[in-house]
Amino acid sequence: MSIFSLFRKKTSAPLARERLQVLLAHERASAGSDLVAVLREEILAVIAKHVQVDADRVQVTMDRDEHVSVLEIEVEIPLPSAMKAA
Amino acid sequence: MGKVIVVTSGKGGVGKTTSTAALGAALAQRNEKVVVVDFDVGLRNLDLVMGAERRVVYDMVNVIQGDAKLPQALIRDKRLETLFLLPASQTRDKDHLTAEGVERIINELKKYFDWIICDSPAGIERGATLAMRHADMAVVVTNPEVSSVRDSDRIIGLLDAKTLKAERGERMEKHLLLTRYDANRAERGDMLKVDDVLEILSIPLIGIIPESMDVLKASNVGAPVTLADARSAPAMAYFDAARRLAGETLPITIPGDKRGFLGKIFGRKAA
Repeated sequence: MSIFSLFRKKTSAPLARERLQVLLAHERASAGSDLVAVLREEILAVIAKHVQVDADRVQVTMDRDEHVSVLEIEVEIPLPSAMKAA
Repeated sequence: MGKVIVVTSGKGGVGKTTSTAALGAALAQRNEKVVVVDFDVGLRNLDLVMGAERRVVYDMVNVIQGDAKLPQALIRDKRLETLFLLPASQTRDKDHLTAEGVERIINELKKYFDWIICDSPAGIERGATLAMRHADMAVVVTNPEVSSVRDSDRIIGLLDAKTLKAERGERMEKHLLLTRYDANRAERGDMLKVDDVLEILSIPLIGIIPESMDVLKASNVGAPVTLADARSAPAMAYFDAARRLAGETLPITIPGDKRGFLGKIFGRKAA
């Protein structure tokens, strides 16, 4: 530390790091798009057999890490149609 | 059987060719047989950086098409007996570089050399995927800068998907070579730090090459930096990286933090 640090402007590297982390999380999720697209379709087909779902309300994302990848599936089941189906 | 290394990056201008030449010459100085292979068809430059541009007679495409035998196309370095270059073709159509042809050449080179170092073209197109296809391990060259880190991330994804190793379900060994690093600027907070890049890309580090005039000087005279000035900071960093490639375990040092007496008084932030 030096006395100059008191007057120092905000540094830029932390912003670079943050932007990259956000961007790459997004790009990694869509990178394996082939697999994700196939999974999405098949999962949707299975769910649609039992529950009425809107194709746009199914989200499949993939997150890559050093050791594990996380596959996240989010299915939104609309209430009115679910009632109708019941 | 020789080990095949691909030097790749996605982004252009980050130091793939410089690193290929420097690592090749460093390994050859350990008395191991090394061939550096230029995959940048149409825009070859490894011959120039190696100082062999006037000795190119045949190139990889000539060998693939059967116009020349592999030994005829290999150029032996004038300074190092165990260092060879296989040049890329300059003018021909990129499509002449066939997957089968490349496979045949790599398999033959593996019989005669300890190290086959493939200098990948920039981008993520066919040339880049052909260069990485037969690799046993990859050196991902990255600058501490956002676009380079992003492109390296893409390349890491390709290495895990489009290589023979990946297709066989094996793990591709990937190493990060951080080039053009400026320890002072990183310390000041205006350049991504080593740890930032490592955390984002999450592959092991094989070396940190400092930003240095010596790299340009070496390419000016047509010599790998590990031959032109073996005592320079980038050369020493490349020698260490080469030793790690060969399996040695060395502590990683951050090179190039050479602040003088005045710099220390005024603090690293004042510069």
